[in-house]
Amino acid sequence: MSDVVTITIDGVEIKAEKGQKILDAATKAGIYIPTLCNFEGVKPKGSCRICSVLVNGRPMTACTTPVSEGMVIENDTEYLNDLRKAIVEIMFVEGNHMCPVCERSGNCELQALAYRYLMMVPRFPYLFPTRDIDASHPKLIKDHDRCILCKRCIRAIQDENGKNFFAFKRRGYKVTINIDPSISEKMTDELAQKAMDVCPVGALIRKEKGYDVPIGKRKYDKVRIGNDIENKAKKEGVV
Amino acid sequence: MAKKVTIEPVTRVEGHGKVTILLDDNKKVKQSRLHIVEFRGFEKFVQGRPYWEAPVLVQRLCGICPVSHHLAAAKALDVIVGAGTGDGLTPTGEKMRRLMHYGQFFQSHVLHFFHLASPDLLFGIDGNPAIRNVVGLAITDEFKHLAVQAVMMRKYGQEIIKATAGKKIHGTGAVPGGINKHLTAEERDSFINGPDPLNIDKMIDWSLGGLEFFKSYHKNNKAIIDDFAAFPSNHLSLVRKDGALDIYHGVLRAVDSEGKRILDDVDYQDYLNYIDEEVRSWSYMKFPYLKHLGKKDGWYRVGPLARLNTCDFIPTPLAQKEFEEYKAYTNGKINNMSMHQHWARLIEILHSAEEMKRLLNDPDLMSGELVTRGTKQKEGVGLLEAPRGTLFHHYRINDDDQIEMANLIVSTTSNNEPMNQAVEIVAKECMEDQDKITEPMMNAVEVAIRSYDPCLSCATHAIGKMPLEISLIDADGELIDRKSK
Repeated sequence: MSDVVTITIDGVEIKAEKGQKILDAATKAGIYIPTLCNFEGVKPKGSCRICSVLVNGRPMTACTTPVSEGMVIENDTEYLNDLRKAIVEIMFVEGNHMCPVCERSGNCELQALAYRYLMMVPRFPYLFPTRDIDASHPKLIKDHDRCILCKRCIRAIQDENGKNFFAFKRRGYKVTINIDPSISEKMTDELAQKAMDVCPVGALIRKEKGYDVPIGKRKYDKVRIGNDIENKAKKEGVV
Repeated sequence: MAKKVTIEPVTRVEGHGKVTILLDDNKKVKQSRLHIVEFRGFEKFVQGRPYWEAPVLVQRLCGICPVSHHLAAAKALDVIVGAGTGDGLTPTGEKMRRLMHYGQFFQSHVLHFFHLASPDLLFGIDGNPAIRNVVGLAITDEFKHLAVQAVMMRKYGQEIIKATAGKKIHGTGAVPGGINKHLTAEERDSFINGPDPLNIDKMIDWSLGGLEFFKSYHKNNKAIIDDFAAFPSNHLSLVRKDGALDIYHGVLRAVDSEGKRILDDVDYQDYLNYIDEEVRSWSYMKFPYLKHLGKKDGWYRVGPLARLNTCDFIPTPLAQKEFEEYKAYTNGKINNMSMHQHWARLIEILHSAEEMKRLLNDPDLMSGELVTRGTKQKEGVGLLEAPRGTLFHHYRINDDDQIEMANLIVSTTSNNEPMNQAVEIVAKECMEDQDKITEPMMNAVEVAIRSYDPCLSCATHAIGKMPLEISLIDADGELIDRKSK
């Protein structure tokens, strides 16, 4: 049996490796499928649903669904893009996201997606939840107002024994990320920086160092999210 | 029927003004008050935030001079991160911040004089309100060039801010202990040698032109410039250690209406030993005063008039020459004429342009260390001269690096009592013995307030549309007349 399968995304036929996730195959082919809870090098979770595509007419998360021969995938459609925009809007109204003063502004994936999908005013009412800011850790501040519960920090930051530094605490709408007190003091500067980099928003920020990248040099100041994938593919002649 | 004037909950800056004037049985002014009606609450909601957010967060207090708040907060945090004050920063850090501040001063002062105040002078206090604004200037052949100059001068100042802070409004350039960027050679060259008119020499020329325009107007209109809303007061500002005008850093100095120094060489970290804020039941805006003189006599003016009263000289040649002429007009004495604030403001525009030119030619802007830090402190005070006057930012942090206390005394707060004084004087001059309030009478009150360039600026932005409400109530509390606009 061949290890290569053929799939179509929005009518474009592409080759993919058997077992590869739709997201990875699309990315390699220079087709952007938005992600938020997904992070390169970390096992996909499929929890945010923003990478939802229609596979043979059924909604599936692109980050967790493996390709198979003959798959017909819809991605960049009006219906799906509006669905993605709605997910972004839900995340904005669920928390308290003050982009104008957030130090992740310009480097924030949620904000960048809002720009990409032209979010103006959310279609849902703001919930204005009462959440706190936890600054008790010596290296990291957890700003729960900004957390979108993507679990990227939980999945990506571990100690040398593979134990997670972060975990969910409480349940339902009260759930928050928490740093395991038993290994909290083992958090190095490098891990703290990695935690901040892994966080797609400004929920985890290093202490005493912010706004050090000037406006104009931030990741999404001049390039919209996803353009790196699209442009790279164009340069390499993939599409 | 007694009439109760409702004041919306509020505080410090920006927004809507309301004036109430009470007349007694003999139609004499019994009471006049300027109310500032808007709630901001920054001192409260900054609590709990990481301290390094303050310069970016608190500047949102204002859309006109956010750079002042951005820098004042950064200066307070310089103390907290152990970088000290003033020359504690690296040369690049301090000079980039200064360039940002002069750019801000330049554009803000230009906005006020040309867009907001000059229509009163050019069309008259009783001029047609429909054209008594900057658009009126632009469509009047005689004044069109002033409107164009004003727009281009503001653009220049805003571009300076963008190059130093990252954005024209609400940038992120100043960080605790320094700045986050250098100026590029392209930016510098553009500011120095940019295509006409956007280069620094043209800005200096136009600044001189503005002064010539004012002096010529003054010559023919001495009554309005010299006598209107004039009253004696104390004056307070920062000055450089050697007495020079310095809007970014220095020591506190205050003089009384006769020129006697009532505060001198005061380190602003100790401002609480010298300044207190009175709360009056009828206003949500506080009334600052010098402690040793007490509430009654300790109030003071801040802003251009105060600065040119407290400083000994201006450290740039063209502005110094103008300063000498300005001082000669009062024979070197203290200037208490409210409308001379415009003259002082125009001198400061020239000074800012000269300072920008000096800084733009300084290689430190394009290379060098950006940030410095030292031993961390729990508390810091940042002070500078905002366009409208002395601006105090004071923060205290907890062990987790969160702000637990913030105190802001913004320029308009310090000018609260002076503006109330001005309103009373103009009310007495214009409204006593009157049964009817006319538009020019109301505008006269506005002109007096406007000369302070107050940061109720939602109002002063829209010339002739200032949401000013005047209620004329007799001694029995009966409403005689009420006008709002």
